Amino acid sequence: MPIRALIVDDSSVMRKIVERSLAQAGIVLSQVFQAGNGVEALALLKDNPVDLILCDINMPVMDGLEFIKKLPGVENAKGVPVVMITTEGSEAHVVQALSCGARGYIRKPFTPEQVKEHVLPVLARKS
Amino acid sequence: MKSVSEMLAANSSQENWIPLLEVATREVFERMLGCQLSVPAGTEETCLDVTAMVGLAGQLCGVLSVRCEAKAAALMASRMLGVALDKVGPEVSDAIGEVCNMVAGNFKNKIAGLAEGCMLSPPTVITGSDYVMRSQTDSPPLEVRLLFEGLLLVISLQVHS
Repeated sequence: MPIRALIVDDSSVMRKIVERSLAQAGIVLSQVFQAGNGVEALALLKDNPVDLILCDINMPVMDGLEFIKKLPGVENAKGVPVVMITTEGSEAHVVQALSCGARGYIRKPFTPEQVKEHVLPVLARKS
Repeated sequence: MKSVSEMLAANSSQENWIPLLEVATREVFERMLGCQLSVPAGTEETCLDVTAMVGLAGQLCGVLSVRCEAKAAALMASRMLGVALDKVGPEVSDAIGEVCNMVAGNFKNKIAGLAEGCMLSPPTVITGSDYVMRSQTDSPPLEVRLLFEGLLLVISLQVHS
């Protein structure tokens, strides 16, 4: 089933790579929303329901952890799985992200296979 | 994997980090750009007129930089975006900045304790080669030289502490 994805990363090149990796993983995207930081992502979510959020951690204005902490209060994000995609690779960051509500964690650099490996189970659990 | 203090104690010149820096760079190009880097045969210098830099702060302070020709930077953007070389535009800076960021992140993740004890700055990209970078350290930078599609890449880590 086609899904609506929100990709949050301060690099437009990285957003494009993530979008392409989702397609390579066989995930059919009906809509892709892109935001450069947490504030932009929250603004997008006000008017646009999504099925999956992929989010970087280190971003200006509002970082990824701060952003996902705010998601329970956002109507269009309730129950939406979040997968972090970040250069931050420590166990402490993983634990922090998962405790903030993330369902998956992908370390950069990543392959399309790793995206598939982490995102498909998350989407399967949601449906 | 050794801890930061063990690594520093084992080799005060941090020369042991050069292989880690090389592996960290190779992995970024293999996974994100789908290409293998090779080792240059000689040491001939070309005009490396694009420089991406990421600052490191915390347990390890310093600057990691990736230098290359403009053509190599455009080729990186082309590979990352999946578009033809002639379609690449202003995304070049973003692309090489992100490559530098991933090399720095991947490098620190390879040293136990450094992943959480060292923070990265957002990348800065400089175009042009007529500049001198001065650092508050008297030790020479750790340097790795590799070829990307036959074009020279110089990855440097200047450690401050």
